[in-house]
Order: sequence, then C-alpha cells, then structure tokens
Amino acid sequence: MISKITQNKTYQKYLDSLKFALYCISHPLDGFWDLTHEKRGTYAAANTILIATLLMRVLKLRYTSFIFMRVYWEGLNIFLYIASVLFPFVLWVIGNWALTTLFDGKGRLGQVYMATCYALAPYPLVQFPLMIFSNFVTVDEAEFYMVISALSLIYAAVLIVVAMGQIHEYSAGKNLLFTVATLFAMLVMIFILMIFFSMISQGISYFVSLARELLFRL
Amino acid sequence: MKAKIAKISAVMMSILILMIPMTAFAEETSYTYIYDYWGDVQDSPDLYSVCRVFTSSDLGLDVMLKNPQSIYCYKDLIYICDSGNNRIVEMKRTSTETMEVVRIIDSFQGGEGPNTFSNPTDIAVSEEGEFFIADQGNARILKLDSGLNYMMEFVKPVDNTLDKDLVFQPKKLVIDTAGRVYCIATGINKGLVKYESDGTFSGFIGATPVDFDWTDYVWKKLATQAQRALMESFVPTEYDNLFMDQEGFIYVVTGAPDDADLKTGEADAVRKLNLIGNDILVRNGEWNIVGDLYMGSGGGYDGHSYFADVTVLDNDIYVCLDRNRGRLFGYDDQGNMVFAFGGAGNMDGYFRQPVSLEHSGYDLLVLDPLDGAITLMIPTEYGKLVYQAIDQFDQGDYTGSGESWEQVMQINGNYDLAYIGIGRSLLRQERYREAMDYFELKYDDENYSKAYKQYRKEWVEEHIVIIVIVILALFLVPMTVGRIKAIKHEIDTDEFFTRRN
Repeated sequence: MISKITQNKTYQKYLDSLKFALYCISHPLDGFWDLTHEKRGTYAAANTILIATLLMRVLKLRYTSFIFMRVYWEGLNIFLYIASVLFPFVLWVIGNWALTTLFDGKGRLGQVYMATCYALAPYPLVQFPLMIFSNFVTVDEAEFYMVISALSLIYAAVLIVVAMGQIHEYSAGKNLLFTVATLFAMLVMIFILMIFFSMISQGISYFVSLARELLFRL
Repeated sequence: MKAKIAKISAVMMSILILMIPMTAFAEETSYTYIYDYWGDVQDSPDLYSVCRVFTSSDLGLDVMLKNPQSIYCYKDLIYICDSGNNRIVEMKRTSTETMEVVRIIDSFQGGEGPNTFSNPTDIAVSEEGEFFIADQGNARILKLDSGLNYMMEFVKPVDNTLDKDLVFQPKKLVIDTAGRVYCIATGINKGLVKYESDGTFSGFIGATPVDFDWTDYVWKKLATQAQRALMESFVPTEYDNLFMDQEGFIYVVTGAPDDADLKTGEADAVRKLNLIGNDILVRNGEWNIVGDLYMGSGGGYDGHSYFADVTVLDNDIYVCLDRNRGRLFGYDDQGNMVFAFGGAGNMDGYFRQPVSLEHSGYDLLVLDPLDGAITLMIPTEYGKLVYQAIDQFDQGDYTGSGESWEQVMQINGNYDLAYIGIGRSLLRQERYREAMDYFELKYDDENYSKAYKQYRKEWVEEHIVIIVIVILALFLVPMTVGRIKAIKHEIDTDEFFTRRN
C-alpha cells in the first residue's frame, strides 16, 4: 500500500518539489530562478510550507517554554492569531503582483504566491527545533534562543525579497525599490479595506434602520 | 439553494461566535483582592478584618475629634494628633479590642513662645519617652520630655536655597534611635529636612529624581513666555508621608506623580531611603508598586491610588494607605503585592478619606478625619497563615514555610505568592522537579531557572553513562558503517575477485 503511494508519480513530484525548498533556502538566487523557470516548484509543496508555518506559529504558543512565551489564554483568539500572519501574507502577494505586473515583472500571481511560500521555509525549519530546545534552557541561556529566533525571521524576510527579484527577473536595485513599493501598496490596501468595511457597515445600518422604521409604523 | 445558504450562514455564525473573546464577569468583587501575574483582579479571602471602629464617643472624649491628622503607636500607647483641637490624645490599648484615653496633651511647661500647640500634625516618641511634635501652626518641631517639659525646638532650616519668606510648616516627622529628626515640610520639595539631635539643620535628603527629557527641552525653546509659565515645572515632588522601619530605613510616599509616570515606573509612589537618601526599595514584583493598577475613573473616583501614609510591619511587609479610594495595599520585601482591600463608604472597613496608618504588631490602625474615627483591623486566621509562611521562610524554616503556604493555597488557590512560596521552599529542600512545576504555574522564570539548572545537573550526573553511550554511538555507528562500506567497496573492485568473474 505504502510502496504504491511512494511509487506514484504525483507523489514523487510533490516530494521532489518539497525537497527543492531546501535547495531554495541554501541557494536562493539559483533556487528561486529554477522554481518558476524550470518548474521545480509545485503549489502542493507551497501550500504545505504555508500550512507548516501557520501550524508552527500555533504550536509555539503551547510548546515553547514559558520563559519565552507566556500566553494569556483567556485573551487569545486562534483565528485572529493565524490571521495576523495570513493577512499580511495575502496582502504582500496581491500587492506585489499588482505592482510588478504593471512594471514588466515576469512572475504571475500564482508564482508570486509560490515563491513567497517557499521563502517562508526557514521559519518552520528553524522554529521547530528551537521550540524543543527552549524547554531545556534557563533564563541565563535565553539569549541563544532570542538570537536564533530573530535570525530565522530575518532569513525568511531576505529570502522573500530575493525570491521576488528572481521570479520577476528584476535587477537588485529595481527589486529593492519594488519591495518598498509593495509595502506601500499593502498600506494602501489596508486603507481601502477599512473604508470599504466602514461604508458597507454604514450602508447596512441604513437599511436596517429603514426596515425598523417600517416595522414600527406597520 | 436555501439549504446551502443556511449552511454557509451557520458556518459564518460559528466563526463569529468563536471570534468573540470569552470574557467572564464577576458579579461582585470581594473585599480583599490581589493582582495576579496578568494584572487581573483576583478575589481573595480577607487577610484583615475590622476588629472595632473607635469614634470620639467610644473613646469617651468630651470634645469630638476634629480633623485629626496623624496616629502613632508607641508600645501599647496610641497617640492621635487631634489637629483641629490643637491637642494630642494619648490612649492605651487595654486589650485586643478596647482602648481608653490616658491623658490629653494640650500644653507643656517651659520654653519660649506659646506653650500650647497650634495645628499639631504629627508626633513621634523616642525610646526614652521624649515627644517630638510637629507644631505646624507655630512653625516648629517641639521636643518635650516624658513629663511634658520643654527640651528644645527645631525651627526653619538655615539654608540659602530656601525662600526667605517661606513659612516653615512641618507636616510629618520621624526620629531615629540617635534622636535625629527627619521631617517633611509643606513647600519644601528638596526632600526630607534632616536635623541632628542637637537641633542643627544638617541638610536635605532623598529628593525625588527629576527627569527632563530632550522633547521637553525643545518644547520649552519653542514656547512663548506665557506658555512656558503654564508648563509643568520640573521640580522634585513633595513627599506626603514617611515611616522609619526597625532597621532605620525611611519609607516615603507621595501621591503627586501623574498616572502615566506611575504606570511606566518613571515615578515612584513609594521609596525606601537609606542614610544618604538613595532609594533602595526592591521592585522585583510583576507590577509597579502603585496600588491599584487601573487608574481610570469609575464609581466616582478617578486617577491613581494616592498614597497618604505607609507603615512597615516587623516582617518587612509594608502597607500603603490609598487616600483616593480608601484602600490599603500590602507589599512584601520583594515588591510583590500581598493584599489589597478596603474601599470608600460608611461601613466598617470602608473609609471616607483616610490620612494616617499605623501598626501595632500585625494589627493595623487607620485614622479617618472625615469620620473622626480610628479603625482597628486585626489579621484573620488566613492573614496569620500568610504572615507565618513568610516569617518561617525568613527564619530559615523552609519545610515549615512550605507547609504553611500549602495551607494558604488550600484556602486561596488564586494566590500567586503561595505557589511561588511553595516552590521556593521546595527549592531549598532540593526537590527541584516539584519546585519547577510551581514556578512554571505562576511564570516565575528566575526561580524556575534556578531549580531547572540544578535539576538538569542532577539528571546529567545520574544518566552520564547513557549519555556517553549515546554520543559514542552517534559517532561510532556512522564511522563503522562507512568503514565497512569502504572495505566492501575495496573487495568488490579488487582485481583479485573481478578477474575471476
């Protein structure tokens, strides 16, 4: 049964593309070029990495030593907590695609998504062993944890920037410019979303009050 | 279609419900409470209960107390500065719940100037029974012997930095064992006024530090003369009250800092001064020593806890009196909150505007000038248990302390100090694994690390053989496998064998 699955061609492709994430994070320039241009990446693997990242963030809440993470469980909303990563992630992907597509970026929306997911790989890879490690340290040794944890985030951030440059076939300068521009695009989108939601809620409340008025009169 | 919409809306609803943070509201809070690690209010059993409230008529005074400002305990004698009547009432505690007036001090013999008091605001009594009285209206501190004969007086300090026109108004005072006087005077913000025992002024000590950051500087530069005058001036704040503990350290309190500074810890409501006036109060607690953490308005009260007085019990627990909301806050020597109780009101145990607090043993006496009454509070069984646990630990009886904290925890499972107390006692008994659990429950990382360090050391020592074997195996197995493979490879590729085939 198991051998049947492992022999499966789709499974083989999935596993290879997942393993390719390791190559991407160790050889970013080459890796992210091949990711889209050589079709080495798959959406399945990208989804897996994204889910692993989100799962890792939730797992950390429970299994990191209390020295580093103290959770006020009464005030925790797991959906909001996941959204705190997912929402900026989605904004980044859409914002980046929307901008680069106007300025001859070669990456398509799906490819931007895939590359960003692949660039997140260091987060679960580093944080998982680190989470286990955190339970074996004292406050005096806390610095190790802090530094490595910060490095994993910086690493992922650098990878995202590099990945964007590779899939859009941008030069380094142009890439950096569009990274900053994307951040602005994210802010603009948040602004528009807020206006949108406040208008919708006001619109709805108008009709609700209209209906109420009618009900009172009838 | 309809079913589908229903399904979707059901999912949406459940998501919405899940997204609303769960909150529990307590219907009514208890009289005593504490703040836990998160700063949430946790109900607590009472550590103190009202033994009796003494009003003027209870004490049998013919003239009612009028705006009394201070209460002082000396052995079993209790003194009240009945400021409005220019007299001092001396009382004796005859039993746990009775007090009777011994004498009323309203004049003395000898000395120049008036031999009566004018608005006496504070009193202290030395070991020899000499009285030190802050005679505010007469701008002097009087020293009288036990027979009420004038000995000397302490007057306005001779200091060039003081305004010449400033009228000396001593407000509160303490004396040390050598007969030196430390006093807080209205209008003097340079700290405590210190007098040597011979009456000479020897300096100001312990002024609050003034912080002045560069943004203020820029604003002041930009402001016009008129605006500058309206701006807050950067001067030390005046203290409101002081108390000398048995080791000779002076605890001072002030209610003047604003809410934001208290919250961030930039300003202190309580300070513990050593001989040269440096603040040596230990602040290891999770929260700043500011009384109530919630400073918003509610129930007709607004702003931070205004500490009007402080008293230090013999076990180094200090109790601060909040004039604003009529509450008492107890802190241990590490700065952890031990209890908070009280409130504003007319019931026993509630106050209208308490100004003075004193202790006699573990009993607390609160003076409320608006009520003109003294509230005597004694520790409950639970309170005694808490104190016992703390005392036992200080005396080195760690097992006993652990057992007492265990009992405290049985009564109040929300008491962080109990868990940490049990943990600390287990730590001293070298039961590290158990101690770790208690510290982890209440997020005490420092103590947890101490326990864990020892536990880890023990574990490594016990399992050293296995650890060595595992490490060796980790190195040896791949090495042997590699070696075997190499030999196999050599055999396979050797001419001797390959030629035959």
